[in-house]
Amino acid sequence: MIGSPVPRVDAPLKVCGKATYTADVWDAGQPLYGWIVGATIGHGRVTRIDTSRAEASPGVQLVWTHRNAPEQYEPAVAVLLSYSRPFPVLTSPEIRCYGEPVALVVAVTAEEARAAAELVEVEYEVHEGHFDFAAREAHAIVPASVQGGLAAVESKIGDVDAAFASAPVTFEQLYTTPYELSQPLEPHCSLAVWNGDEVTVRVSTQVVSYAQARISSTLGIPKETVKIVARYIGGGFGSKLGVHADAILASLAARALRRPVKIVLTRQQMFQLVGQRPASRQRIRLAADRDGRLTAFVHDVTMKSSYHTDFIESTAEPGRALYAAANRFSIHRAVPLHLPTGEDVRAPGEAPALLAIESAMDELAYTLGLDPIELRIRNEPALQPERGIPFSERRLVDCMREGARRFGWDQRPKAPASVRDGQCWIGYGMAAAIRGHYQAETFVRVLIEPSGAVAVQSDMTDIGTGTYTILAQVVGEGLGVSHEDVRVELGHSEFPSSLGSGGSWGAANSCNAAYRACRKLRDQLLAAAVADPRSPLHDLDPSTATVSQGKLAIGAASEAMTDIVKRHFPAGVDAIGSVGFFWDEPNYKTYSMSTYGAQFAEVRVDAVTGEIRLQRMLGVFDGGRMLNPRTARSQLLGGMIWGASAALLEEGVVDTRFGSFITRDLANYLVPVHADIPDIDAIMLDAVDLKANELGAKGIGELGICGMGAAIANAVFNATGVRVRDFPITLEKLLAHLPNGQRRA
Amino acid sequence: MKPFSYERAADPRSAVAAAAARTGAKFIAGGTNLLDLMRLEIEQPSHLIDISRLPLHEIEDAAGGGLRIGAQARNSDVAADERVRTRFPLLSQALLAGASPQLRNKASIGGNLLQRTRCAYFYDTATPCNKRVPGAGCAALGGFNRGHAILGASESCIATHPSDMAVALVALDAQLELLGLDGQSRRVELRDFHLLPETTPHIETVLHPGELILAVLLPPPPIGRQLYRKVRDRASYEFALVSAAVVVSVAGGLIEQARVAFGGIAHKPWRALEAEAVLRGRAPVAATYEAAADAALARAVGRGHNDFKIELAKRTLVDTLSRAVQP
Repeated sequence: MIGSPVPRVDAPLKVCGKATYTADVWDAGQPLYGWIVGATIGHGRVTRIDTSRAEASPGVQLVWTHRNAPEQYEPAVAVLLSYSRPFPVLTSPEIRCYGEPVALVVAVTAEEARAAAELVEVEYEVHEGHFDFAAREAHAIVPASVQGGLAAVESKIGDVDAAFASAPVTFEQLYTTPYELSQPLEPHCSLAVWNGDEVTVRVSTQVVSYAQARISSTLGIPKETVKIVARYIGGGFGSKLGVHADAILASLAARALRRPVKIVLTRQQMFQLVGQRPASRQRIRLAADRDGRLTAFVHDVTMKSSYHTDFIESTAEPGRALYAAANRFSIHRAVPLHLPTGEDVRAPGEAPALLAIESAMDELAYTLGLDPIELRIRNEPALQPERGIPFSERRLVDCMREGARRFGWDQRPKAPASVRDGQCWIGYGMAAAIRGHYQAETFVRVLIEPSGAVAVQSDMTDIGTGTYTILAQVVGEGLGVSHEDVRVELGHSEFPSSLGSGGSWGAANSCNAAYRACRKLRDQLLAAAVADPRSPLHDLDPSTATVSQGKLAIGAASEAMTDIVKRHFPAGVDAIGSVGFFWDEPNYKTYSMSTYGAQFAEVRVDAVTGEIRLQRMLGVFDGGRMLNPRTARSQLLGGMIWGASAALLEEGVVDTRFGSFITRDLANYLVPVHADIPDIDAIMLDAVDLKANELGAKGIGELGICGMGAAIANAVFNATGVRVRDFPITLEKLLAHLPNGQRRA
Repeated sequence: MKPFSYERAADPRSAVAAAAARTGAKFIAGGTNLLDLMRLEIEQPSHLIDISRLPLHEIEDAAGGGLRIGAQARNSDVAADERVRTRFPLLSQALLAGASPQLRNKASIGGNLLQRTRCAYFYDTATPCNKRVPGAGCAALGGFNRGHAILGASESCIATHPSDMAVALVALDAQLELLGLDGQSRRVELRDFHLLPETTPHIETVLHPGELILAVLLPPPPIGRQLYRKVRDRASYEFALVSAAVVVSVAGGLIEQARVAFGGIAHKPWRALEAEAVLRGRAPVAATYEAAADAALARAVGRGHNDFKIELAKRTLVDTLSRAVQP
């Protein structure tokens, strides 16, 4: 059952519109609607704010500014899991970035709230702001820590300078990547309902326990008094790891008004009130011998940060585990700006890093006249190159070879700009993918009710990935029942806690914990049965027991679990299984754990206009055991499409005069549409990483994006001979450099 | 969004009368652009007159193979109409290059012509925009103007008109039939319908207040091959960086007739008469197309991020012409 391509158990609900997403929940009756007014300057302070017209506007129940918003608690930087930290809103006249909330309007209808919000008059004292990342590069600092210390700020091994001085082949280039925003289909939204001193917040979030911690600590109330419900989530991609101003303000306003309050961000607000992947400038330096064996690897990363937060994306981290080279240097630098804070966006670190590293490897392969796959195989490390420890399972070379075979890599144009089909240049490209694998503390309860019904409960979320389905499969297998007979209950803070969906760890965390819970539950039933003279299993050896079709069996004897439950557990029975943080697991100290892939693209580039259109995309992945190849494939394909988007389309543009994202809707911030995505496939190697966990499963939510963008960039080079190092690769970056510079085909 | 009242017009005359009766009234058809703008309070009508059910949906034959397309015909219906596809393939191609199937199912022909620019600064009410607030200034000048105009722009406004359909229609010499407040109808050449920004970018067309578009009139189909080419970052559902509509016929080894229009590069669908003059009577060869492209873009001005559009427009025209004359 684990490993079966079971269709999503929640699919019928979703296609019938019966899966109730946060903004559509009406359990508590008619809510009031909140609207957040954002600052229209990038740095300064509010000098005057007049809410009288807004307050007099029809339907308005409340208008808050920094002058009258309730007291809240300041973030404690010491809290490791930063998305748990308090998130105070409307507590100061200081404006730290464009869009920062300056007022909240709550009204009877959403339209009234929005109309009244337009009537809030704000005057500012504008301070000089730093908004231009590239222009401020000279002001880069080395941050104190990266991702709360999970990635080293700097890593230095061997003697890089000496290696460069003596290497016959050296390479150095600068790659830049833009701001990117997650922009899930479902906007960020919150609905808060108070009952006495307790609040229930329905919120679109990836991590229920973070939401609970953040809301309770911001409001200064006991964690137990905040219930979080997040049953269905329309995508998150990192942007819903932490809750934002909507959750805090809905909670505070609902308390003040003693009515449910709902706040839904608009698409435009999501570009200001939710964080972004910071822009990067990455210098890659490679030293190699003439055979392409790297002797030195340097990844010098500078990314945008914000003066008011400490988010640093771990972009120098992925290269530390990818290729062998005796001499190595990597570092994170940060350019603080007066811009909204960065946040984790799908594949934080890997997504920008691999655009640069895997473009650079392609450039080196071209310089050396080597097959890019051969170059990578020559640099495949035997041990993790910086920690000197073995890999738990690493089948990157298998991925490349299998991908090459399936893709017809040997048919690639051997020289850039050498193959034309009509008006288009044809190019092939490939890149390697790597994504670290982690584990976080997770508890899952499995229970058998008096009726015999089986359920599994956790505050784990399903953000559209398939969690409902894989947990049904795992518990079905663990208890020997059909997955269809397992009720999966997620996304509620009253259930055992997890660290949700994020970091590609949710599936392995929750499924391993669920599997352990099943075993504990089985052991309880067995213990009761073998001790019970009425049971056919009486006095038999429980260590040889098996479970299938709802029965526990020892040898030829068997008994239905429901019968055991009826006799011994008339109120039902449950067990909680758990996994711990990876830093407490011995295997994470002795093995390097990652997932891997090889990604391939074929592009067509219009020789006249420079338009790039994808022709084929393939990924071959080593992501541990696939719990459900159908939902896993969807995850991988989605990631690959995102990789295409990063290579060719996505770019959050800051207007450096105002400090605002001017690409503020999906007409200006482009993501691929169906017509952009051609023949695409994701192949999963038959892998099992038992050093990672009992089920041998790792994460694949982010892996698909990792090498895809670079594969496409490399294909564009192969097609045209033009290397674009400033992502995304839009046609104006090719236009002047296309072969012959011609206006005609 | 400001509160507004709503009525459904029974016939064109009462629609026009209703518009005359209320200040701040606006017609609404598909609403695919107006509602977005109302949410942002860029448009603030106090009263909406729904014209989507007026009997203006028909596509009727006109003299000499021409067509009279009711202003309320849906974009998708016009694109699929067999007469349009055979006599005016340019129009069908342009319609299908625009928006998405869902939007085309909703959007009317008249509304397509009246859709407003997608300039991000026009949509960002915190920035100055002469189109939104006359006299406020133009944030796109000196801002992120990758998508902006290279022809016919002014220091007041460098926005573009977003329609694909209108580009095809100006190349096809379409006229509009308008119904005025006095109950009289008049005809306007589409070419003259949209205005350049000059110092009044908030005035976008020659429509009088309350005037209603009744129909698009297509004269008999032109001789020659019709071809619409749209260049954009993604393959669908995106406005043009540059588009070209050409109608070209060759006789006796020379270009006999040529019509050229551009989209995505000006405040209006841009008919390139200079290019047409260059093309007529010349051999259908690359040098001719290049000369036409140079003539069409001779007065183009880049604003920074959009500098590439000058070269891109030239290339797109040369490419489209050479495809259109292929045997």
